[in-house]
Amino acid sequence: MKFLVFIEQRDGKIRKASLEALSLARRLAGGPVAAVLPGRGVTPLAKGLGAYGAGVVYVADREELALYGNKGYVGALDAAAKKENPDAVLIAATAMGKDVAPRFAARHDVSALADVMDVRLEGDRLVAWRPVYSGKARAEVDCGSAKLQIATTRPNVFPAEADASAAEPRVETLDLGEIQPRARVVKIEVSESKELDVAEADVIVSGGRGIKGPENWPVIRDLQEALGAALGASRAVVDAGWIDHQHQVGQTGKVVSPTLYVACGISGAIQHLAGMGTSKVIVAINKDADAPIFKVATYGIAGDLFAIVPEVAKAVRAAKAE
Amino acid sequence: MNSLVAIAYVPDTETKIKIASDGSSIDETDVKWIVSPYDEFALEEAIRTKEAKGSGTVTVVSVGPERAKTGLRECLARGADEAIWIDSGAAKSLDALGIAKAIAAVAKEGAYDFVWFGQKGVGYDESLVGPMAAELAGVPHVGNVVKLELGDGKITAHREIEGAHEIVECALPAALTAQKGLNEPRYASLKGIMGAKKKTIAEKKLAAMGIPEAEPAGAKTRWRKLELPPARKACHMIPADDPAAAAKELVRLLREEAKVL
Repeated sequence: MKFLVFIEQRDGKIRKASLEALSLARRLAGGPVAAVLPGRGVTPLAKGLGAYGAGVVYVADREELALYGNKGYVGALDAAAKKENPDAVLIAATAMGKDVAPRFAARHDVSALADVMDVRLEGDRLVAWRPVYSGKARAEVDCGSAKLQIATTRPNVFPAEADASAAEPRVETLDLGEIQPRARVVKIEVSESKELDVAEADVIVSGGRGIKGPENWPVIRDLQEALGAALGASRAVVDAGWIDHQHQVGQTGKVVSPTLYVACGISGAIQHLAGMGTSKVIVAINKDADAPIFKVATYGIAGDLFAIVPEVAKAVRAAKAE
Repeated sequence: MNSLVAIAYVPDTETKIKIASDGSSIDETDVKWIVSPYDEFALEEAIRTKEAKGSGTVTVVSVGPERAKTGLRECLARGADEAIWIDSGAAKSLDALGIAKAIAAVAKEGAYDFVWFGQKGVGYDESLVGPMAAELAGVPHVGNVVKLELGDGKITAHREIEGAHEIVECALPAALTAQKGLNEPRYASLKGIMGAKKKTIAEKKLAAMGIPEAEPAGAKTRWRKLELPPARKACHMIPADDPAAAAKELVRLLREEAKVL
């Protein structure tokens, strides 16, 4: 069964989520698979994909692809698919992946298994589990009558496995002809804070109404720093204007799957749980022992976060120093 | 400028999800239905565009069973001018491609400058329909829009990606998917609600649109099973009377038991 994996690159680095998708494809295929890498100046990055499962990398290295553009990037995926004729295409469900996958799928008159958290093969058909109703349920899905099977993989769920003994991949240049996009990225404005995005983080520390006011973020940030985490927030504090909405975790914020999620002063409304309920380990610190967050937490401390959080930060630093 | 806004009528975010007896869909008893929150941002922006330009119509369209008409009427009450209901009839669950084909067909019939979607529908959470419909309708799209600036025959849209905004210039006509932060949706006025009651909602039948995905045999994604997530183990509560001791115990457990530190 032939797999083709879309590789996303940003600022000259391959996105970890793409390496996760590539490793997954290799596991499912039982051997090396094909990959496609669009961008500018990306050719040197192709070799490194061998360790994660690429046997061949189709490269579209063009000035016009320096910034993301749907037409050019989907065009590259298309061109690679024409050469490779895959049975299945995997794309990491990042912002770029979620932009590329549906247009590519529609072009091929198929749909996609979106944001999957588990994939297996039954014969040569993909069968996946994906979260629905904001993670309140999960659906086992397959590609029905579709000839070409497409799945987008949720970041930070599948392991990215490097095999140092793997052979270097064959690198092929794609000829995309003239690229004339009707939608062009003219600039990228990076968030001033340069903060680690919650959607990418392996560890998140979140603050809710229990922090009582924006002047108290330093208490949460202290633990955030100690853990090397990203900062999350409940909808309540975002709506109150205590922090920018890019930190919001929840049904109408970001949906995250970190290894460790520490909820400080967050009661655990259904909509918040929808955003972080699939975290591997959840720690809840809230002075209300009846708060719903304790129903999903792995570990809980029902106490005053202003007394407890600084102590946790101290204990984390001490443990890391050992 | 004319806009088409695709809306989905979905279970309210407070809904406790129960699995139906067929094991592959939700039990709809007692479910309260709402217009998907991201679609509200889309509708609001379409209305603001009409107001900014001083002319044009906002048409809302929804693919679904009879209850979708209630959602469409709510949108009319908020300021949409026209509504189209595409009756999905007996189709149990339509895959995204099927919905996209239906919306694209409607988009191609009218002279729309904008075709709006929410960035995802908070039911299936796929984020597929918008860009698929754009591809099928042959128009460019910008996804995850948090800010829209109208230009001459083109737009500049701010698209939210991880930790940054892409500033995108796009030719019209275009499809857009709305992200939270784009605007604050207005409430329906009493006048709007009364006026909406009198409006006719145009009806189409999905089965008559020649879309293979409308039939179970033609579906390109299939729900085999629906389950509640596996129950989590009961929370291990650490006594809080001594904060320093509690913190040390937590860190010990994270390190030795959960192995995440």
